[in-house]
Amino acid sequence: MSKEVAVLGVGMHPWGKWGKSFVEYGVKAAEDALADAGVAWNDVQYIAGGDTVRNGYPGFVAGAIFAQALGWNGARVASTYGACASGSQAIDVARSRILAGLCDVALVVGADTTPKGFLAPNKGERSDDLDWLRFRVLGAANPTYFGLYARRRMALYGATTDDFATVKIKNAKHGLSNTNARYRREVTTSEIAKSAIVADPLRLLDICATSDGGAALVLSSMDFARKYGTTPVTIAGISTVTPVYPSTVIEAPNFATDSAVAVAPAAVSFRDSIAKAAYEDAGIGPDEVDLAEVYDLSTALELDWYENIGLCKPGDAEKLLRDGATAIGGRIPVNTSGGLACFGEAVPAQAIAQICELVWQLRGQAGARQVEGAKVGVTANQGLFGHGSSVVVKR
Amino acid sequence: MKTRNPAVQGWLNIDPERPRLMGTRCTRCSSVFFPGENTRCRNPSCGAHTLEETELSPSGRLWSYTNAGYKPPPPFVPRTDPFKPFLIAAVELDAEKMVVLGQVVDGVDLVTLKVGMPMELALDTLLEDDATKTIVWKWKPVSSTEGAR
Repeated sequence: MSKEVAVLGVGMHPWGKWGKSFVEYGVKAAEDALADAGVAWNDVQYIAGGDTVRNGYPGFVAGAIFAQALGWNGARVASTYGACASGSQAIDVARSRILAGLCDVALVVGADTTPKGFLAPNKGERSDDLDWLRFRVLGAANPTYFGLYARRRMALYGATTDDFATVKIKNAKHGLSNTNARYRREVTTSEIAKSAIVADPLRLLDICATSDGGAALVLSSMDFARKYGTTPVTIAGISTVTPVYPSTVIEAPNFATDSAVAVAPAAVSFRDSIAKAAYEDAGIGPDEVDLAEVYDLSTALELDWYENIGLCKPGDAEKLLRDGATAIGGRIPVNTSGGLACFGEAVPAQAIAQICELVWQLRGQAGARQVEGAKVGVTANQGLFGHGSSVVVKR
Repeated sequence: MKTRNPAVQGWLNIDPERPRLMGTRCTRCSSVFFPGENTRCRNPSCGAHTLEETELSPSGRLWSYTNAGYKPPPPFVPRTDPFKPFLIAAVELDAEKMVVLGQVVDGVDLVTLKVGMPMELALDTLLEDDATKTIVWKWKPVSSTEGAR
């Protein structure tokens, strides 16, 4: 049985710091996706919403909130939490529902209003919660972990802060023409070097902001799409993997890795396993990919992703970058949307926004940032606590 | 003298002469957990319910390091006003084959740290009021004589 589902429509609310309710962003994105698909909201049988609990509580940022705002239509609902991977989990449940023959058309929505500054735990004393304790005991916000990876990369592979700056400059260029991006201006090396250190060796301009935004997809069965007489972009594979014990790279919000004393680490690390599972699901390899959207929480982390999603061998990411392969016009452009560098993170929307970009690219609708002839794209992302996320999109 | 309490009950031995991180070890497969896992061994091929308290090695090698250049948000409680940046280390313990995070003791300059260098455990004060001191573990370069109180 084919595992493909059609992406009939995509839509976004521009990222920014708008200070409005996340519901408004989600509704706008949903309306655009429905219009793009030519599907009426009343014909949607299933709605899946990406959750976050950092900016509220479970159920506040959730599928039913969007269903109510669009007008109760009796659609079945799912709300999925996977931190930054919430969006791909929403896509995954909608796809599963369609592939199981339980519905024809599903709407997937993610949106968030993010407070200024570091993402922090919700208020309250929770001494049994590692995510609370890491702030209290270590003072470790998310960039702490990004800083550790960046420094490790420098020690292991000779990455330099110039390489990190090159990633930022590339993504800033990519995002220039993207009207959904929050930051649309070129950035210079000296500007980056002058920005304050947040988590050494990473500076303010190496680390993504937190933003407001919304993204939505209309998914359908291939049969339903054929009735529309179109050849849609399809979702060919999804990965929502967890790590395999022992996971030996320190991950937020943990204080320690697993111990490899009893069991040797798996040949494939957690981050390597994320896209690998999506490729296997889609029946393709990384050599067939034309472009990628990866989670550049930091500039240095984008380099890790090149290797994790199989664009090059471990230690070769700097060469790939320096050769210009990952810029638009290069062999394998990465973050053509501008990435988190231009968007900032709107947690439950981000994995969905990655798909929007790939769909526009694969349809040839990406305007000034178009990757010519793109046929296959992959996304990669990861949520706090061990949520992998990767999607393969094809036309 | 003020009462000394560990930052998290059961996570560390705050004996100034012999500071140790406390975790648990599975009595069946020997997997080690920090913080201690008490319910079920998380090695999926084991799953034993027999876990006992164990001390972690007090030294290891620096896996990576960074700093906090901006004041972290609550529930972090700054020790100084204005906020002073501090260092954070990830240290790989040879015996346990695991990496454990901790702040670095005061007085260590970031440029003196090198991935792979030997590090050892130290104790410091996380919080303090009129009656109590909350004690936390920190990492310290083995060669360093700075910092730890």
